[in-house]
Amino acid sequence: MSTAPGSVIVLRGIVKRFPGVVANDGIDLEIRRGEIHCLLGENGAGKTTLMRILYGLYQPDAGEIILDGRRVRISSPRAALAHRIGMVHQHFRLVPTLSVEENIVLGLDEGTGPFLNLPRTRQKVAQLAAEYGLAVDSKAKVWQLSVGQQQRVEILKALYRDAQVLIMDEPTSVLTPQEVDQLFSTLRNLVDDGLTVVFITHKLDEVMRVSDRVTVLRQGRVVATLPTSATDKAALARLMVGREVVFRLEKARHAQGKRVLDVLDLHALNDRGLPALRGVSFSLGAGEILGIAGVSGNGQRELVEVLTGLRRATRGKALLERMEITNRSPREIAEAGVAHIPEERIRMGIVPNLSVRENLLLKGYRHPPFSRWFFLNAHAAAENARRAIALYQIATPSDSTPVKLLSGGNIQRLVLAREFSGDPRLIVAAHPTYGLDVGATEQVRQLLLKERGRGAAILLTSEDLEEILAVSDRILVMFSGEVMGTLEAEGADLGEIGLLMAGTRQKGGAV
Amino acid sequence: MKGLDSFRVERRPDPSGGVVVLVSLLAIVAALAVAAGLFKAYGVSPVRAYQLIVHGALGTPLGLTETVRRAIPLLLCGVGLTIAFRAVFWNIGAEGQLLLGAIAAAGVALFSGLPDSLLIPAMFLAGFLAGAAWGLVPAILKAKLGLNDVITTLMMNYVAMYLVEWLIHGPWKGTQMRGFAYTDKFPDAARLPLIPLTRIHWPTLAIGLALALLAYILVTRTRQGFEIRVVGENSEAARFAGISHVKTILLVMLISGGLAGLAGVGEVAGVHGMLRSSAQISMGYGYTAIIVAWLARRNPLAVILTSLLFGVIMAGGDVIKSSLGLPFQLINVFNGLILFFLIGSEMLMRYRVSFSWRRR
Repeated sequence: MSTAPGSVIVLRGIVKRFPGVVANDGIDLEIRRGEIHCLLGENGAGKTTLMRILYGLYQPDAGEIILDGRRVRISSPRAALAHRIGMVHQHFRLVPTLSVEENIVLGLDEGTGPFLNLPRTRQKVAQLAAEYGLAVDSKAKVWQLSVGQQQRVEILKALYRDAQVLIMDEPTSVLTPQEVDQLFSTLRNLVDDGLTVVFITHKLDEVMRVSDRVTVLRQGRVVATLPTSATDKAALARLMVGREVVFRLEKARHAQGKRVLDVLDLHALNDRGLPALRGVSFSLGAGEILGIAGVSGNGQRELVEVLTGLRRATRGKALLERMEITNRSPREIAEAGVAHIPEERIRMGIVPNLSVRENLLLKGYRHPPFSRWFFLNAHAAAENARRAIALYQIATPSDSTPVKLLSGGNIQRLVLAREFSGDPRLIVAAHPTYGLDVGATEQVRQLLLKERGRGAAILLTSEDLEEILAVSDRILVMFSGEVMGTLEAEGADLGEIGLLMAGTRQKGGAV
Repeated sequence: MKGLDSFRVERRPDPSGGVVVLVSLLAIVAALAVAAGLFKAYGVSPVRAYQLIVHGALGTPLGLTETVRRAIPLLLCGVGLTIAFRAVFWNIGAEGQLLLGAIAAAGVALFSGLPDSLLIPAMFLAGFLAGAAWGLVPAILKAKLGLNDVITTLMMNYVAMYLVEWLIHGPWKGTQMRGFAYTDKFPDAARLPLIPLTRIHWPTLAIGLALALLAYILVTRTRQGFEIRVVGENSEAARFAGISHVKTILLVMLISGGLAGLAGVGEVAGVHGMLRSSAQISMGYGYTAIIVAWLARRNPLAVILTSLLFGVIMAGGDVIKSSLGLPFQLINVFNGLILFFLIGSEMLMRYRVSFSWRRR
């Protein structure tokens, strides 16, 4: 088959299914030699899956990979490297206790017999480093390096193996702005030298800054491939989040209730000690759903964690019906009437080996009727499980089945059943439908609306803008730890949201 | 022609209870088979050796009582360890915690001057507290500084061992012992009663059985037990639910260390009647109890059975020493083999290997 001249990689009709989800749904992609090609999409759009297929970590269920005009099967990362494709993962694959040069030669069959020829390695690394501006001390141990330096080691590792195509998976998510600048100039040097870079990201400004062409993915499909010079952030934002008419859920309109949550000038740091929330303020009323929109990594997660007691605020306040809950423990906050649907339901929301009955108890086990003095009341627990299973339609063989055997949708319904018990005043829902199939998603949304109808205040974060549009009453857009603006969900303009998500502040920006 | 294309290791669904029991028995059989090779190497018929062990440990009244006597400290330490292991705190330090219990009991017996009727209860109390304190040190180090529990609990064993040696060679060295490194004999009121004609100090046995039942209730029926299991199974979810990780591991080590301490009281007050060298007091009960707890799959009630099984093995060690002239240490090798196969079988229960084939 003919391909455009200069195409190093052509992917055709790539399909990859995981249980319950089609991650890649017939993807066609063409990468040209000497370009920086961005793969843009929200989390879950299928970017990383596609690149893992190209790097030999996954095998596609259908479709073909054509390298330099020849159809190939890439069975492992080793095979990918043999085709001169290298990948820098979002989470580095380095051995912290080994030195830079030891990491670089790891797994290579070099040197004489069992011995390494580290001086030669050092020389070659120094050469590569000088050529592409990747300065790093080759004898330093990896654990001593900053994250940016470790990333350089990963790039050197690929170059040392003669990679001609470099896949970078969200390379800036861990970097400081200065390190990002440095990375971008390195990538420029690489393509000037004839290498090709595939750059996975969900950040619009990076696409505009660094790429030659951009392919936008949404829900496992290619939406468009464009020359970067022929597009702009607003257009990309629209492509990324979808253009079709958003399906709105039937929502009963009702009068605004009393104020439940007031957030005043909230500041917090992320896991790496950098500012993640920078003066966030908003309020939320009873019976209202406030959707937090924004490209992921702009402070949504930290906001959720501060409000649920899992992260300390460095400044500012959160008030639950005028009672301060800032920097209280998760238990105190939960007992004050705040429910939390956690972002990673398996890791944080359940105990996989414990039974359905016991998992339903995780929040209320300290109080009657579940607990009397030291003892748990097995009868009350069983009764509670029976009610929750019926009310939330949790499909489980029995209430003593370990939760890990349930499907994602059933696990989420279990979490909702537990968190909604006791009629919480505030519900903080983080990506409540992430990874669920259509039916389960619909049910979870309906359950949130039911709580809203009861008068709960709901704070919703989601990667899926359509969900936010469909469920929320108001939408607040965050960028880089700040509030860019809020708007009524009714009649909200996608273009405007896209711009806010890309960091353009709302005109007349009072919140 | 078909060739092996690739294979991968996959998780398999939960094994049923029957499978667990079967696999555990197979692990023991595998250990017996390998140990048979050792007997052969010593020029002893393995069949005869096993016959002697079973007969010696179970076939005679004396053997039976020795089996039970050996099982007592294993039961107490093992029950405590199931609790610690439930919270995924790897307490390898039951040996040291046991020795501290023995020291505390000896201190009370020899130097407290308490009235006779209070002596035994005070010794058990002091033994529990000393073992618990010894166990709490690594728990605090882990909670506050994140130090590895395996290493700290293990190292504390050596400290405890040398503490015993120092005491019996130094300040507590007996005056009536003609230069031997023992403390003086405990007064009669500090000796535990025995079941007549045996060396079974029944109060310790009774305490062990009662505590096995209590520990089972703690784990399965109480709020604290629920917290222990949640912390052990998913500490992230525990944090989420507002369960204190620190409090939980302090609690499990208080129990685990305390129970090992009680075992130490039983040994000095029930068997030796004095504090003597750590090798004589403990003979590695604290380490063997790890296998006991593991074989019981962290179920405190099942420890009653597994501690008896290891009682048989240890009593059998006495037999092969006296009847066959083989070293008692063979028993340690055998115990090691059982643990090795148990942990190996664990992998086989949780994972399976699947192969994919391709035609050439």
